Amino acid sequence: MIRRPLWVRAFGSWTFRYARTWRGSLATGFALPVLYLAAIGVGLGGLVDRHVTGGGPSSISGIGYLSFVAPGLLAGSAMQIATSEATFPVMAALKWERRYDAMLATPLRVCDVLAGHLGYIAMRSGATSAAFLLVATAFGAVHSPEAALALPVGILVGLAFATPLAAYAATQQNAVGFNVVNRLVVVPLFLFSGSFFPITRLPGALRLVAQFTPLYHGVALARAATLGRLAAPSTAGHLAYLVALVACASVVAGRTYRHRLAP
Amino acid sequence: MSTANGLEHGARAVTPGWRVAPWPRRASHVVARNLVVYRRAWPVLVTGFAEPVFYLLGIGLGLGGLVGRLAFAGHELTYARFVAPGMLASAAMNGAILDSTYNLFFKLKVEKTYEAVLATPLSVPDVALGELGWAVMRGAAYSAAFLAVAAAMGLVGSAWALMCVPAATLVSFAFGAVGMLATSFMRSWQDLDSVTLALVPLFLFSGTFYPVGVYPSWLATIVGWTPLYQGVVLERGLQTGFVSLALVPRAAYLAALGALALGLATRRLRSFLAS
Repeated sequence: MIRRPLWVRAFGSWTFRYARTWRGSLATGFALPVLYLAAIGVGLGGLVDRHVTGGGPSSISGIGYLSFVAPGLLAGSAMQIATSEATFPVMAALKWERRYDAMLATPLRVCDVLAGHLGYIAMRSGATSAAFLLVATAFGAVHSPEAALALPVGILVGLAFATPLAAYAATQQNAVGFNVVNRLVVVPLFLFSGSFFPITRLPGALRLVAQFTPLYHGVALARAATLGRLAAPSTAGHLAYLVALVACASVVAGRTYRHRLAP
Repeated sequence: MSTANGLEHGARAVTPGWRVAPWPRRASHVVARNLVVYRRAWPVLVTGFAEPVFYLLGIGLGLGGLVGRLAFAGHELTYARFVAPGMLASAAMNGAILDSTYNLFFKLKVEKTYEAVLATPLSVPDVALGELGWAVMRGAAYSAAFLAVAAAMGLVGSAWALMCVPAATLVSFAFGAVGMLATSFMRSWQDLDSVTLALVPLFLFSGTFYPVGVYPSWLATIVGWTPLYQGVVLERGLQTGFVSLALVPRAAYLAALGALALGLATRRLRSFLAS
């Protein structure tokens, strides 16, 4: 008999609860992409296309604004779901509900607990990205079968935020810092990482900063996927950056989790 | 309501007296309580200023260059000038409604704050007014800070802009009261998802980012009746200085909505708090 790896049991603990409440998240999961793509992609995009090219189809990087912004919003929403899942629920599992303690009372090790939780967040990021991709396709914002690869990109973006944030959350005693991180890190990243406009529009110094943020690389990858431009050499660079970030953050998260849960 | 000791019992005995006394003084204790609570979480209060400013910079300036000029009240505005009042009205809405939904729900169902509060001479109307007052003050403070930033960026058209803060206070009042009423119907945290589902379309479609003229006429008519749209038009008129009497009914709409919702919310809260 083949035994499942231990972290899969920790993962199962999270999906078990989600299996009871997923219907509610389905409504928001589909409604939000529809609303954002209609308001920003179609509504504001109509004005952008008219202004930039006098109504032609090739306003930004040779495409309409709707097609430009859709992958940006996809990566942005993967970031947002991962951020909310890797902050408050981590604190709940550490302190409020002590789910981690319950897991550690079984043969699970700290690394299984961490991997199980990150796996669950990756799944949620993927589900959000899948909903976004379906809606974007219905809006006509998807131009290549390569777009299916925006799904793993969404998962990678989710992990790129969830891993460092879980590492940080494990060092906190209360949730005050989470709101601050959301407003001072996540919101600016959402607005300035190339989701809404090319970062070439930013002043020099800010452009440099933007290029070092994970969301910028996620947006670039998602956009390359939905437009069918993944073959470009830059793809490997974006991918390497995100994978390296997740790997380093996993090591740090392993340390902060061990320090907190098994000192 | 419990009358656990003689002192409280004495306070209860003068019930008719404190019905006559003015509410706001007792309601101010609820505001004071919130201030004490946030002393330990001040970064949450302070960083609330940042979000609308980031939106102004990102959408107004960053995306603005791609949108070009937009028409308002027969004048052409740069996109940053057009969008700034929209961000101001949305910030006033968000600031107040998040306080009167998530925070109120937490106090009602998790922390049971009001069971303790109502064991003092405070009554349910005091609690409702105090919590709403706190939410409105928060909304007003964020609006004032945002206006200062917008003015520093040269996005303010005339001295009428000073009226933007009272107008934002009206927006906060209306949404804070509606949020309070809605929260009185919420059973679980999952129900609070409906707050996001209501706020996002209001934020995106109420003429915040572009004139409602781009919509088909049926949609523009619907948007014309929504509360955030009144706030956006009001703020845009005041901030640009293109003011007309047509703004008065918009302000009246927000005041009436807030008063009605506050009255209903107080009744709902009384029905399950003061039993």
